[in-house]
Amino acid sequence: MAEAWSVSELNRYVRQSLEKDFRLQGVRVTGEVSGFRAYPSGHWYFTLKDEAAQVSCVLWRNRAEKLGFTPRDGDAVEAQGNVTLYEARGQYQLDVAWLQRAGEGELYREFTRLKARLEAEGLFAPERKRPLPEWPRTIGLVTSPAGAALRDMLNVIRRRFPMAEVLLSPTPVQGDDAPPQIVAALHALVAAARPDVIIVARGGGSLEDLWAFNDERVARAMAALPVPVVSGVGHETDFTIADFVADVRAPTPSAAAELVTPSRDQLRNQVNALAAQMAEALSSAIRDKRISLREQSAQLKALSPQARLANARQRADDLLARAAVAMTHRLALERERWNGLAQALNGVSPLAVLSRGYAVVTHPDGAVVRKASEVKEGEALRVRVSEGEFGVQVNE
Amino acid sequence: MSPKAKAKTAEAVTELTFEQAFQELEDIIRQLEAGQLALDGALLLFERAQALAARCGALLDSAELKVRQLVPKEGGYELEDFEEAGE
Repeated sequence: MAEAWSVSELNRYVRQSLEKDFRLQGVRVTGEVSGFRAYPSGHWYFTLKDEAAQVSCVLWRNRAEKLGFTPRDGDAVEAQGNVTLYEARGQYQLDVAWLQRAGEGELYREFTRLKARLEAEGLFAPERKRPLPEWPRTIGLVTSPAGAALRDMLNVIRRRFPMAEVLLSPTPVQGDDAPPQIVAALHALVAAARPDVIIVARGGGSLEDLWAFNDERVARAMAALPVPVVSGVGHETDFTIADFVADVRAPTPSAAAELVTPSRDQLRNQVNALAAQMAEALSSAIRDKRISLREQSAQLKALSPQARLANARQRADDLLARAAVAMTHRLALERERWNGLAQALNGVSPLAVLSRGYAVVTHPDGAVVRKASEVKEGEALRVRVSEGEFGVQVNE
Repeated sequence: MSPKAKAKTAEAVTELTFEQAFQELEDIIRQLEAGQLALDGALLLFERAQALAARCGALLDSAELKVRQLVPKEGGYELEDFEEAGE
């Protein structure tokens, strides 16, 4: 026989056995909350029960903080957690990791089914998404007239783009009646005013609060709208069918209002930039005109009578100069020719014969003596030699 | 300029919405930048554009958001001014 265990040993062994059984780890249990106590430490203690049985539960602070709701006695819930043993009391309990209201699981399954069906129909297809208008003149809001969502959206639109006009189509946004009323509000808005863009919005809330935006009728009405629609439902982490079917999904109502409006400051900058661009365009247009004017006046000057005259004068000068050159040339040529002639002339001159020692004898009347018989004794004759002349007397 | 553009130019700037004024301003700048205009035409356009820019600025500064709501009336709906709860 084995030794007897202490109570502590027994309880530790039972705890470890329970924790080793994978069926008891991550187990899901439905039941009704009773004896709920939230301790100052932040931990929660309660009992889950049904008609015939009950189990102790503990939910530690770090998990309790993340749940987003606090259960009350009588709530039907679904808990998920690990079965363990509180050794000090020998009491087995459920260490709860996650808790939700019963029925939410069913809601979620319904959501998934509807989403899959509409997606298969192509209602969420990217090619169905329409672009938002750059500057909406009219913005339709489908939301509760009393909600914080409306106030937030109006503030954003007023700050960013007050040139727009807002058309509110009021509707309840939660409860069983909400879906048909949302549909009616959408139809009324389009029929009465046909705004440039529509925002379907609701502030944050529980999954049940947002349920109207998971309704098939609402989804189909949104898909059939003739103008682009933006969804702004709940918080950033909430996704509804309306978000999938909208042309654009915004995480919150304020974000939706921002998405459909340009910012006033940006517009002001744009206008100023345009004005500057325009001034530049004009001054460059003037600059171009001035340049072409200058070119044209230069052309004009070239065609003026003065310019032609100056041109003619220059051409005349030019000709004259060329004529002068030609004349000088010609003169030199003539002088050349004249020198040649003079020399030739010199060759045939009788004086040239005299210089070789010949003499010319003439009668006193100047007639040249060619025969001796022409002269008489005692006649005075003239003799001409190369250099000068003298008289002689015939003596025989 | 097309007849349509001319008709637009004739409209007083004070009658224009922000979008119209802004669009016309852009059109004018395109025309000025194309540089095909006679100088006197360009100057006229410039004056018009200055008025348009001023109109845009005035609208940006002075615009007050108008909010109306649909109210059921005789089987249909009517638009009425919406009274916002105190800020």
